[in-house]
Amino acid sequence: MGLAGYLIVSAVMLACGIVCTVARKNVIYILMGIELILNAANLNLVAFSRFNGHLDGQVFAIFSIILAAAEAAVALAIVLNVFGLFDSIRPDDPDLLKE
Amino acid sequence: METLFFILFAALAIAGSLATVWLRYVVHSAFALMAAFLGVAGLFILLGADFIAVSQVLIYVGGILILILFGIMLTPPDKKERSVKRVLGFGIPVFAIVGGLAFQIGSVVKWVEKPDLPIPGPTAAPIGRALLKPDGYLVPFELVSIVLLVALIGSVFIARRRTMQSIGATSQAIGGTSQAIGGTSQAIGRASSAPGGKS
Amino acid sequence: MHSILSILQEHAKTAEQAGEAAGGAARALASANWGFEQKDIYLLMAIPLLPLAGYIIQLFFGRKLPRQGDWMLISLMFAGFGIAIYEFAKCLGAWSPEFKIESRTMGLSWNFLGSSPGSPSLVAGVLYDNLSAAMLVVVTLVSSLVHLFSAGYMKGDSRYHLFFANISLFSFAMLGLVISDNLIFFFIFWELMGLCSYLLIGHFYYKDSARKASLKAFMTTRIGDVCLLIGLCILYQHFGTLQFTELYEKVKIAVQNSPTHEWPEWLTAAGILVFLGSVGKSAQFPLHVWLPDAMEGPTPVSAMIHAATMVAAGVYLVGRAFPILTPDARIVVSIVGSFTGIFAATIGICANDIKKVLAYSTISQLGFMIASIGVGGVGAGLFHMITHACFKACLFLGSGSVIHAVHTQDMREMGGLRRKLPITYLTMLASTLAIAGVPLFAGFYSKDAILAHALARAMNEGIWYYYLPIAFLATASCITAFYMFRLVHMTFHGEPRDREKFDHAHESGPAMAIPLIVLGSLAVVCGYPFAHGIPAPLFSEARPWFLAIWEDHVPFETLLGGHFAEHHEHYEHILHESAHSNAVILSLCAAGLGISLSFAFYYFRWFSAEKCANAIRPVYNTVLNKYYFDEFYGKTFIAGTLVFSKVSSLFDKYVIDGIVNFVGGLMKKSSDASASFDRTVVDGFVNFAGFGTQAIASISRMLQTGRIQQYVAFSVFALVVVAALLILR
Repeated sequence: MGLAGYLIVSAVMLACGIVCTVARKNVIYILMGIELILNAANLNLVAFSRFNGHLDGQVFAIFSIILAAAEAAVALAIVLNVFGLFDSIRPDDPDLLKE
Repeated sequence: METLFFILFAALAIAGSLATVWLRYVVHSAFALMAAFLGVAGLFILLGADFIAVSQVLIYVGGILILILFGIMLTPPDKKERSVKRVLGFGIPVFAIVGGLAFQIGSVVKWVEKPDLPIPGPTAAPIGRALLKPDGYLVPFELVSIVLLVALIGSVFIARRRTMQSIGATSQAIGGTSQAIGGTSQAIGRASSAPGGKS
Repeated sequence: MHSILSILQEHAKTAEQAGEAAGGAARALASANWGFEQKDIYLLMAIPLLPLAGYIIQLFFGRKLPRQGDWMLISLMFAGFGIAIYEFAKCLGAWSPEFKIESRTMGLSWNFLGSSPGSPSLVAGVLYDNLSAAMLVVVTLVSSLVHLFSAGYMKGDSRYHLFFANISLFSFAMLGLVISDNLIFFFIFWELMGLCSYLLIGHFYYKDSARKASLKAFMTTRIGDVCLLIGLCILYQHFGTLQFTELYEKVKIAVQNSPTHEWPEWLTAAGILVFLGSVGKSAQFPLHVWLPDAMEGPTPVSAMIHAATMVAAGVYLVGRAFPILTPDARIVVSIVGSFTGIFAATIGICANDIKKVLAYSTISQLGFMIASIGVGGVGAGLFHMITHACFKACLFLGSGSVIHAVHTQDMREMGGLRRKLPITYLTMLASTLAIAGVPLFAGFYSKDAILAHALARAMNEGIWYYYLPIAFLATASCITAFYMFRLVHMTFHGEPRDREKFDHAHESGPAMAIPLIVLGSLAVVCGYPFAHGIPAPLFSEARPWFLAIWEDHVPFETLLGGHFAEHHEHYEHILHESAHSNAVILSLCAAGLGISLSFAFYYFRWFSAEKCANAIRPVYNTVLNKYYFDEFYGKTFIAGTLVFSKVSSLFDKYVIDGIVNFVGGLMKKSSDASASFDRTVVDGFVNFAGFGTQAIASISRMLQTGRIQQYVAFSVFALVVVAALLILR
């Protein structure tokens, strides 16, 4: 299977991730959307690495995975904290900075 | 055979991500997300990236997804949250734009396929070497370890439970603590920049 | 490994040059390792490791074990003694002055620092030759007997288990030192021993004097240790190794390669520095002050320090390092040793504390050993160390038994105790005869050999300062006989001076009696096999094997050939022909004179000791106060150190603090200036920037809805725009 197939899969996942981040009104969905976007990017990197014959793409994918893990941990902490503060997980409720 | 597997995994990944967006309950979405992750892992294997595939399963499925599930369990369910109108209203334009861009890219960029691609072998050892070679990715690797440590400490600090009332009272205290945290992170940075200081 | 090979080749070459066919044959025999296998090396290593294991167990569980664990340590020490005897029998089977086992030639060595080429290596191995064989037996024997004795003597002590733990660690350090084959590990064990002596001398830590004594012992020996360390640094700098056998060969090569066959000065310096290490440990003349005070420790510890471990280590070091001592260094060694011999003996005459007498006699006997090594009689000196270990341990344990019985250390309160303590009396009498050098007792052989060597050296060289050792040593051996018999007379003979104490005295239990009997009988017999060899029926050849241990090393002159070799042959000739017979007469006269004088003063009381003392009151006082050495050191070195530290503290207070305060004031001034600059200029800019930002922000905050998802949508939109621009460009 050629490069194009992987890129199409990656594009679909990216689109899903964006929609998931923007259209759902739950903080957890934002998290999941971001993970989907990152995963799409990883797929791209690895696919290019494979068809380039070069390992750098995979190394980048590893960094990306690591950062995704760190991001998930921090984001989840934020979600829990926000929930504790506002008693809500809708992303529109915390808007203190607007004032 | 390979095409068959590709279709299988690609379908799994795409279906999983679509389901993640679409499903009504957040728990169902999380499990759909797991399907998407596993599909991507399969694609990684097809791409000859065995180490990344295993890392994908371990970190995404075993780590991040569990974190998300914890988040779901610690927050109340919200059954009326999904609005079909909004999802479709965002979804159709986004898919259209992404599809259009992809089509444009496909038509503009000429992919040159290398004639003699190496047969993929085990990648753990080469990746390890690339990560630890001084003229390779050693410095980013060390930096990432610091980032992980900072994320660890930061998430622990953030996740402490506070209430709305105490915010005003504690904001000064938080200022003080965040200074202290700045000091600690500096110290940690110093410690981990010392040789052998990996997190 | 490579360097060893090259050294062996080098050595083979030199052997050929000197035309030593016999030496080559002996070396070929040596390569067969004298029938030793790896198993034996492990057994040898077990000897020090057993007490170490005991120490660790005792440290953690000692208090909970039945009888506080003493049985375990005693049996471990006796097991070590058994192994030592077994290996000693093998060593006797080899029966040669050249007997030497090195674990690293058998492929057994332990590298503690990286093995990459060019990096400094720290390789430990086992060296087992006649010297270490004999030492191992003596040390394990004395240690195990002291352990046994302590079980009786220390009974009821509040820190009984710790005492046993420390004394085991002490044995471990000494045994490790004896079998280590390089100076680094030697030094490590050496320091460990310093620590143990500190712990054990201060065992009765609630006694002020014991605390002070332990500190004194630690600090005084430390001076020597520092010198030793510097000496080791010099040796390593020049030779690149600190392993004994390699050092010997390299010194040989260095001397042979020098154009005039002269010894380099730095080697003399290194030799003297190494010797200073043993001056500290073996309590030789300038640093002898700690040893008498070390009597504050429990008596078994004194026996241990004086017979088996601490001070023997110093002599052992000089014996081991003998081949690297240059002739100049040897003169220093012999004069320091012999002067210590006579100096300490004179103090011993006046001391009234039974343990102090023994302490000074130890210093004096150590002087004998050191001096003997200095004049070239290495075998004789080390032989004396072995016999001395037997009889001095017996004397100390005996004095412990006496103290246990009468609860005083002052000999003026004893007397007539031979009726109450028959076993102690007999064993101590045997040991006293041995130390005085009465024929057929152990000490006679060793002292005789020492005097013979000193005499032969003096006759051979004919320079005045070579006559000093023999003069000092002969006088000292006379005085030794005198004060040792004074001790026996005052303690055991005559009428009891303190009736109450006398009535309460009684012989103590078997744990204390058995060591006394064993050591006492050894003090009678242990000289013979070393001096003459074991009779022919047991072994085919009955030549002296121990006294000749450094035979091919003694003077390197033999290897240098020509005039030097003749010189050495002359020495050998004198030693075996005239010096030996003269030395026998000399030592007999000295011992006889000393003993008869003591009988005259203290047994028959023909003369009154008090009157004599009064007649020479100033001299007597000086000697009684140990030549005021403690006061001298206190007034000079200690007070000097205190003054120096006071001066430096004042310097710190006024000069350094002054500088710091001045700099601090300067800093404050400059920071005040910069603060005013900050307030006017910098704050102005900042405020201006703040107003500008506020103005822009009030416009741009229209976009800030506070909704995250809108932001995401914005950024996606921007991304799409950028991508579209890139593609459609």
